[in-house]
Amino acid sequence: MTRYLVRKLITLIVLLFLVSITVFSVLFVLPGDPAEIILGMNATPETLANLRAELGLDRSFIVQYANWIGSLLTGRGSMSINYDVPVYDLILSRLAVTGPLAIFAICFAVVISLPLGIYAARHQNQPGDVIVMFFTQLGLATPEFWLGILLILLFAVKWGLFSAGGFPGWSVSFWGSAKALLLPSFALGVIRASILTRLTRSSMLEVLREDYVRTAWAKGLRERTVVYVHALKNALIPVVTILGLQMGQLMAGAIIIENVYYLPGLGRLVFQAIGQRDLPVVREIVLFMAAAVIFVNFIVDLTYAVLDPRVRLT
Amino acid sequence: MSEKLLEIDNLSVCFHLPEGVARAVDRLSLNIAKGETLGLVGESGCGKSVTSMSIMGLIASPPGRIESGRILFQGKNLLELNRENLRRIRGKEISMIFQEPMTSLNPVISIGRQVAEPLMIHKGLSKSEAFDEATGWLEHVKIPAAGKQLKDYPYQLSGGMLQRVMIAMAMVCRPKLLIADEPTTALDVTIQAQILALMSGLKEELGMSLLLITHDFGVIAQMATQVLVMYAGQIVEEASVTRIFDRPFHPYTQGLLKSIPQAGGRAKGRVKRLREIAGTVPALTEVIVGCKFADRCPYTFDLCRQQQPTLDRIQNGHRARCWLHEHPERGRGNV
Repeated sequence: MTRYLVRKLITLIVLLFLVSITVFSVLFVLPGDPAEIILGMNATPETLANLRAELGLDRSFIVQYANWIGSLLTGRGSMSINYDVPVYDLILSRLAVTGPLAIFAICFAVVISLPLGIYAARHQNQPGDVIVMFFTQLGLATPEFWLGILLILLFAVKWGLFSAGGFPGWSVSFWGSAKALLLPSFALGVIRASILTRLTRSSMLEVLREDYVRTAWAKGLRERTVVYVHALKNALIPVVTILGLQMGQLMAGAIIIENVYYLPGLGRLVFQAIGQRDLPVVREIVLFMAAAVIFVNFIVDLTYAVLDPRVRLT
Repeated sequence: MSEKLLEIDNLSVCFHLPEGVARAVDRLSLNIAKGETLGLVGESGCGKSVTSMSIMGLIASPPGRIESGRILFQGKNLLELNRENLRRIRGKEISMIFQEPMTSLNPVISIGRQVAEPLMIHKGLSKSEAFDEATGWLEHVKIPAAGKQLKDYPYQLSGGMLQRVMIAMAMVCRPKLLIADEPTTALDVTIQAQILALMSGLKEELGMSLLLITHDFGVIAQMATQVLVMYAGQIVEEASVTRIFDRPFHPYTQGLLKSIPQAGGRAKGRVKRLREIAGTVPALTEVIVGCKFADRCPYTFDLCRQQQPTLDRIQNGHRARCWLHEHPERGRGNV
């Protein structure tokens, strides 16, 4: 188990390193001089050169990269060009929106998909299964932003149950903030749930045909023990894998949905930063999101070990 | 005649498949007395396993359907019990062990828990009591360091050890009937002998009955007292184990016995080609008017194609489904 953990940790660190190089290189070769953006079109070559020197932009790629990583590791990070505050602080304040949004969305996805997938598998080809499959097909074909807009039209405009967007802030109103995240996270979660439901169903169908499930029935176990302990524990392994991989798409979805719902989250921040050519912000948020995805998949790897004893020894 | 434990009467099981209705078990009747070992022999697909799954009430429906018959266990018709009452019998009064120990144990649940489960569910033992008793049973089936193995998972044990675990799991509630479906087929020959010895020992000790399903006459010779031979869903011959080996009546039984590889053929200076039964088993979806074995039988005559033979008494305790019984002149060297 320890060896497994250490190996996964090393993978995690190597991946983070590679991601940081990629992110840095992509933004490095991108046209657009930060000094020009800061000083505007009318700056003299002299002031530009001075600012470049001050920002370290005249140094080589290696030195700039090393400086950047150094600043990240020592906890200072880069400064945002537009907001003139450390990007760290920006990320932290926006994470208070995107973090709960992602967690709610995952919860919605899991709470919807597991019971539906198990139900569909237990009633294969019966009306209930067909209905579930129909809606998951629909869900797979629906873009998040469109579902988001539909939900606003229905719950906010027509019934007035929720606000159409915006975010009061946790310190202002806890319940108001939670409520503001409900519709967007539902929109995000339902789309994830579609694929997870189908996966749970097919995984469950496969496992229910296994010899050990027949053994479980033959032992006289109750139906819920057979299905929820003997079958589900095996069926969950592929589901957890995909759930981890979905994190990346969830982050991408968050960028869109935060803009639909006017939420001051990371997605909206990066979206604006790209428009404003605020390169340090873009760079660090992209790195942060990639790190989040990698970290979640690290957690997924640990979950395997809990689900499947065979993983622990390898 | 000793007391009947299990009595199957006129059981028919069909599977409704896209390609037609497959009659997997066709009007089968059998009896198992207390303490008896009944061997059920036949090649793959002849309905042996469907018979055993019917007793357990584990025929998947759809596509499976029990069309007719009764399965009386201690006088109660299992086919009329509701799911809950049937569940209470499974694993407690009637246990089953399967062919593939590697795939029949759950890979992600510890061995201790899998062996202890029937005790918790059927006897209401607490987890620690059940685990203690499970350890005892694992020792009983001669698993080394049983206490330590409780926390192990199936992938950590060999096939032979896993079959011992399966046996322990089937025994914990001291069932009255054990159904063993090809219990040694997936194991090495040396391990086979150990597992068979273990099973006979436990059977004597607990005084239970055994329904042994196999295609291996070697296993039958070692274990069974009474033998049923199945072909295409029907019983074609029934006799005591000595009688089956000495005087098999049905051409199919004769063919099966002849196709057992004989050791020592080479020592006599000639290598005999292994005998086989010509042709293949008819598809279960096929509707056959006469004898189902007619296409493969060396003695087939007109009557065999026109009318299905009944299971007739040849001698006391010996029955066979073959027209040769009424027309002995058609067979050569038969009883």
